[in-house]
Amino acid sequence: MAKRIDVSGLSAFYGGTKAIEDISMTIEPRSVTAFIGPSGCGKSTFLRTLNRMHEVIPGARVEGKVLLDDENLYGPGVDPVAVRRTVGMVFQRPNPFPTMSIYDNVAAGLKLAGVKKKSVLDGIVEQSLKGANLWKEVHNRLNKPGAGLSGGQQQRLCIARAIAVQPEVLLMDEPCSALDPISTLAIEDLIGELKSRFTIVIVTHNMQQAARVSDRTAFFNLAGVGQPGKLIELDDTQRIFSNPSVQATEDYISGRFG
Amino acid sequence: MTSAPPDHPGDRTPASTTPPGQPSTSLRGTGRLGDVLFRLASSGSGVLLLVIMAAIAGFLLYRSGMALSQDKTNFLTTFEWDPDNIVKPSFGIAVLAFGTIVSAAIAMAIAVPIAIGIALFISHYAPRRIAQPFAYLVDLLAAVPSIVYGLWGALYLVPHMAGLNDWLDHYLGWTYVFKVSQHGAPARNLFTVGILLAIMVLPIITAVSREVFRQVPRMHEEAALALGATRWEMVRTAVLPFGRPGIISASMLGLGRALGETIAVATVLSANSKLSLHLLDAGGGTFAQNIALKFGEAGKPGMNALMASGLVLFVITLLVNGGARLIIARRKEYSGANA
Repeated sequence: MAKRIDVSGLSAFYGGTKAIEDISMTIEPRSVTAFIGPSGCGKSTFLRTLNRMHEVIPGARVEGKVLLDDENLYGPGVDPVAVRRTVGMVFQRPNPFPTMSIYDNVAAGLKLAGVKKKSVLDGIVEQSLKGANLWKEVHNRLNKPGAGLSGGQQQRLCIARAIAVQPEVLLMDEPCSALDPISTLAIEDLIGELKSRFTIVIVTHNMQQAARVSDRTAFFNLAGVGQPGKLIELDDTQRIFSNPSVQATEDYISGRFG
Repeated sequence: MTSAPPDHPGDRTPASTTPPGQPSTSLRGTGRLGDVLFRLASSGSGVLLLVIMAAIAGFLLYRSGMALSQDKTNFLTTFEWDPDNIVKPSFGIAVLAFGTIVSAAIAMAIAVPIAIGIALFISHYAPRRIAQPFAYLVDLLAAVPSIVYGLWGALYLVPHMAGLNDWLDHYLGWTYVFKVSQHGAPARNLFTVGILLAIMVLPIITAVSREVFRQVPRMHEEAALALGATRWEMVRTAVLPFGRPGIISASMLGLGRALGETIAVATVLSANSKLSLHLLDAGGGTFAQNIALKFGEAGKPGMNALMASGLVLFVITLLVNGGARLIIARRKEYSGANA
């Protein structure tokens, strides 16, 4: 598990509008990489190109290459459905399936992948909920609806659902922005644990969060409204927050704009 | 889920001029005219609905009571319909109940899956520039008057059913239900009526389901896709379960129309009072059709008897709707309404 991501010359479009332009970067396995930058700079768009979720929006398309250990996710004959099984995703707002129980939510991806045996499912569900630090809170109500949990628990349920299919990479799109500080802390602790098993990429608006959870940080920016977003720099988190090499990064993290 | 932020301490200081316990003038409700009017209008409409329902039920009950007091045979289980017979008035509605329920059931069995398919096509599969005109087309079907459907059914569908009937007889005749006992007779039977009703209820079920499917939150669909669901798996995991209560409600609307359809059934079905499980044999009847055919020549007792049969239809509709409500309520906590 956990693979390296190598992006080169990637641009993404919504219809005729270019949202991000010519992004190249390498994301190390078994580490947390944070994407920061002002709203509209394309960091979420870029994240969604990493598991081919960008193209589910009508009219959206991608140019460039994303290598997952040498395999191009945008190569001919690559099935986006298979890509998404390998690269899991957690969204900004907790989105457990409202019509399913806690158990069924975690098992949903496995059932899609064709796992039918109850004993296997039971094992992975328990393991995934434990992996998401949720088992203790829900183990005696697995058959209750997932939507009945608190926001923070729902988000951990979504993480459990994502890791249940054993992806190589876990993408997180502002996973804590709808949560209170205590739930946020729980998720951040969890990210720290999960990075030993997955390659984690997290988009965040919260710079303290980026500084707390990530090993590497990428700063995105856009030249102006309507301009495509670009990668400004990617470096060790410590360096980005203490001594970035680009002035724009320094301005952003010190709160001078954005 | 989240607790309210603590009140600002300054908010608690009472205004010095007002006596304790009384709200200050600035906090007192103003009872704005728009609010009052809106409340009256909306609760008034609600009450009006109850009054109309009660009036219909009361009227039906009163007239049926008059009929049933003269009933010498068993109302619910006999077949003979001759309420104006002075010697032995008979009010058998078994054939009508059977015909109504069976034709509506056939209609639903055909229409619901097709309607869900069309609704999904419009909401999730078709490109937008096709979906919009397609949706209009379906809505247009709902605007065709029943009599046109009835004439089309009688003049086109009935003569063209022979092939399908023979096929069903050949392959499914063993089920008894699809056995044809009079070959060559016109297909003025419950099965043809069911097909016709299916076409008639299709637009309403499609339109309501389509709107429900459109309202499935994007984030649930993306959740499924991000787990590695194909388009169909996404529909199965996120769209259909979320739309389930809506599909049931849509089907109830359709079923209401199928149960109550009058003129189209009367045009196609050759009425008789034989209760036959052979759905492909001509004959049978439905409540609404029977009322339409008989009320012109009915005397006073006959009219009351027709009302009584209307009451039974009313009760059947209530029961079916109640059942549907129960199914929806049973899964309420999974409805997604709290997401």
